[in-house]
Amino acid sequence: MAVASPTRAFGASIRRREDPRLITGRGKFTDDMHLANAATAMFVRSPHGHARIVSIDTSAAAAHPGVLGVYTFEDVKGFISGMPCAWPTTNTGDTLKLATYPPLADGKVRYFGEAVALVVAIDPNTAADAVQLVNVEYDPLPAVINNEAAVAPGAPLIHDSAPGNQAFRWSLVGGDTNGALAHADVRISQTLVNQRLIATPLETRCAVADYNPASGEVTVWVTSQNPHIHRLLIALSTGIPEHKIRVIAGDVGGGFGAKIPYYAGEALCIFASKELGVPVRWSESRSENYVATAHGRDHIQHIEVGATKEGKITALKVTAYASLGAYPSTAAPGVPTWLFGCIIQGPYDIPNNEVHVIGVYTNTTPTDAYRGAGRPEATYILERVIDLVAAKVGRDPVDVRRLNFVRKDQFPFKVANGTLTYDSGDYELTLGKALHTIGYTDLRAWQAEQRAAGKLVGIGVSSFVEVCGLGPSSAANAMGFAGGLYDSATIRVHPTGKVTVFTGVHSHGQGHETSFAQIVARDLGVMVDDVDVIHGDTDKVQHGMGTYGSRSAPVGGGALRMAGMKIRAKAQKIAAHLLEVAEEDIEWVDDAFRVKGSPDKSKTIPDCAFAAYMAGNLPAGVTPVLEEQHWYDPENFVFPFGTHICVVEVDRETGETHIKRYVAVDDCGEIINPMLRDGQVHGGIAQGIAQALWEEAVYDENGQLLSGSLMDYAIPKASVMPHLELGHTVTPSPHNPLGVKGIGEAGTIASTPAVVNAVMDALSPLGIHHIDMPLRPAKVWAAIDAASH
Amino acid sequence: MHPAPFAYKAAHSVEEALQLLRSHEDAKILAGGHSLIPALKLRLTQPAVLIDISKISSLRGIRRENGKLIIGSGTTHREIEQSHLVAEASPLLASVAPQIGDVQVRHRGTFGGSLAHADPAGDWPAAALAVDAELVIAGAHGTRTVHASEFFTGMLTTVIEPDEILTEIKVPGEGTPGIYLKHRNAASGYATVGVAVTATHDHGRIGTVTIGVTGATPVAFRASIVEHALNGHAVSAHLLDEAASHAADGLECLSDIHAPAAYRSQLVKVMVRRALGKLLHA
Repeated sequence: MAVASPTRAFGASIRRREDPRLITGRGKFTDDMHLANAATAMFVRSPHGHARIVSIDTSAAAAHPGVLGVYTFEDVKGFISGMPCAWPTTNTGDTLKLATYPPLADGKVRYFGEAVALVVAIDPNTAADAVQLVNVEYDPLPAVINNEAAVAPGAPLIHDSAPGNQAFRWSLVGGDTNGALAHADVRISQTLVNQRLIATPLETRCAVADYNPASGEVTVWVTSQNPHIHRLLIALSTGIPEHKIRVIAGDVGGGFGAKIPYYAGEALCIFASKELGVPVRWSESRSENYVATAHGRDHIQHIEVGATKEGKITALKVTAYASLGAYPSTAAPGVPTWLFGCIIQGPYDIPNNEVHVIGVYTNTTPTDAYRGAGRPEATYILERVIDLVAAKVGRDPVDVRRLNFVRKDQFPFKVANGTLTYDSGDYELTLGKALHTIGYTDLRAWQAEQRAAGKLVGIGVSSFVEVCGLGPSSAANAMGFAGGLYDSATIRVHPTGKVTVFTGVHSHGQGHETSFAQIVARDLGVMVDDVDVIHGDTDKVQHGMGTYGSRSAPVGGGALRMAGMKIRAKAQKIAAHLLEVAEEDIEWVDDAFRVKGSPDKSKTIPDCAFAAYMAGNLPAGVTPVLEEQHWYDPENFVFPFGTHICVVEVDRETGETHIKRYVAVDDCGEIINPMLRDGQVHGGIAQGIAQALWEEAVYDENGQLLSGSLMDYAIPKASVMPHLELGHTVTPSPHNPLGVKGIGEAGTIASTPAVVNAVMDALSPLGIHHIDMPLRPAKVWAAIDAASH
Repeated sequence: MHPAPFAYKAAHSVEEALQLLRSHEDAKILAGGHSLIPALKLRLTQPAVLIDISKISSLRGIRRENGKLIIGSGTTHREIEQSHLVAEASPLLASVAPQIGDVQVRHRGTFGGSLAHADPAGDWPAAALAVDAELVIAGAHGTRTVHASEFFTGMLTTVIEPDEILTEIKVPGEGTPGIYLKHRNAASGYATVGVAVTATHDHGRIGTVTIGVTGATPVAFRASIVEHALNGHAVSAHLLDEAASHAADGLECLSDIHAPAAYRSQLVKVMVRRALGKLLHA
């Protein structure tokens, strides 16, 4: 839809401006970078979950025609000896053991698919042939996959530097949980498994490195959510000076967290380009992506809950065993700790709560952030707990949610462990709207009829609050994140009034080229089509921290708003000068500066820009050109919230779950583009439903990844998605410049427990109260079968 | 995802294809390529030569002869799906075709390729068994015809010799009511279990029931126990319940991360019952 007026750009459902490019094949993804003379890198990968490397014979591969080089750890360690971890999480006392993460296996392989050798050849076919010629002799070792088994006595030791396979112990305590548990009317103990997931972006990872020996400069095209973080980590790990490194992450086809980390494959392309004097490209196959790109989730959680007989939760104690996989990936230690533990009481006023996290190494692909990162794991606990409490005290789960909600008059609300202050919220509002939309009372009556007729139908409710818009730098630093979490914007108004925006956050599906143009169009009174948004190139964009944790709109958008206000302030001086009135006598109305009382006398931002570039007729003290930059460090996180409700029918004979209805009411504050908001919610719900019902990374006891391809790893298809009924409420964030909160992760956070709660509600007449995800038909049928014997 | 090197030969007649097969060791037939190409790309198979039979026009097409439906082995799933002749002459085949893969896959994958590949989770083997298809195989010494019941010998194996090619498939064309029910693996879309059933009935009495089952076991099979319990008997819900409850008797089902053997066994019983119910209205 075309938007006639800049004033109405913000909040309009403008179609994604990037889509014509992307859907006609004119995007520029990393794999589209075809540089002259580029060589192809491929990796020899471990067929074992855990094994000692007895020998590596690269001679046949090296002698193969067309092979330019074959390298092992010994060859590359002088260039890069270890992959850096950027989030050595705090609050771990002296327990943190960050194992060395070699770019190629160093004497031992610790997970299936770990890179053992690098082959570089003139083309992909030759490289693939040569990979087969590298002869690695292994001495297999016992592997450990299960998070609790990994820290049990006698478990195979993965790293000598991490006794007992423990990476850290981390705790957050609020109130007197043990005391409250002791005095609770009802107590529930439950173990929950939040299974390991594989992000599966449409675009697998890819890197192209071009090292220029004459200048010492290197350009790296890479599939990254955060090119400046990549640049920093490349500099720190290789010693190449940061100002000599240009990182370009142009079009990126989905990240979901898995393109935050800095990976060995990326570093080794730089190594090989420097070594061989030609550009070197590496492009993952899907099978390779499944072993070489970070996985997500993977918790085993033991829960203790205490509540009154009315269902008011008085105590919550969580002990989680979280797997980092075989090595500590870039942000991995922060995900199951701070991003999980801070939000452990969710939208509920639970005065006493404790979280203990044991980070463990297992013989699996390293984990890192996965859409929602920590917050879905916390929300899943809470929403299952609420339903378990409701069942125990014999109340409707909606009533138990209401009883426990943080009330509207309690904001700003400080959580019991003291880490967060929720800025604003009205949890009753979204719950009420969701209940109204789905017709909850009638639905329960319908359910009773269906049950009487022998049908297994269930209703699942999930209320949530998430912490996102990462985040204030002071908080990030305190949590051990080795970087600030501010972000930046530069707005360049050209002499003709056209605008180029440079943002430090990154779009890999979010649609910033559209939504960010909408922000600027409103603030500058120009048309959306006159604003271009540039991101993803460290030589074009000032520093920035990239996109994850639903931070683009709150932080990147906040910076943009502030820069826009600076443009307005400067232009206002110019406008007053051109209009020959005092600055106090003009006002910003209808996309222009107008003389108060004489609105026809006006100057637009393009008028002011032209004058600023002509520069001969500027007011005293005003510098030429019209370009402003802002660095925005938010004062708090943002806290989107909502309620999702799912209705399912479970086939008693096959265990299949059919979603009959799905209602989602989200509150993400002010809405920049409702269509993009809906798209984010749709995608998030699809991903969350998939965790509930289908997706699971499965390893066998030797560490073989059994779900190593799309033949065995079930991502959601459009054909199995239910119709989604979306609603929203708007509770602006009181502290960020746009009043926005994040929306990228909300769908994923809310939907998983909504679906699981619905299935458990359906099965409750059979006496089934919990089944771990994914609720595959076979597993659900087995539970039904067991319950009926 | 780069195959090992191989030579490529396109055949333009069955005779030429047979000649190429005889003159090359370690050759593989390429038809629609939907099983072969992924295996090549993963280097799970590394044949020296691919013999492409997709350009042989005589292998493609659907016709009716002497009351039988004759389907060329190179006919695509999509051609079967869209054939009015198939819809009329074999409702079971018409029910299977649209449940295979997705539209793109159905445009490339072939009827004969699927049968000759004999994937335990393939859809067509169940149907071929249920309609008692006759499979015509060409070799050096002419052609031979094999009934579906003798065609499949094990997981991914059939009676086709290395120097032979499946050329056409004959199925009864009387329009016997039939239906294919498929429980899809959520990841691959392949059949966890698929049941292909035909049934005739007259005035409340069952004529002949045939049941082919795929996905459950290493090789597709006919559920003869169930068929015998039904043929000639009066239709009743109780009879169908009872008969279907024995559909998995004695089976040694496959087991994987998606579906343990017990679940496949359950699906066989449930799906046979449901298919019978749809065809016999009980």
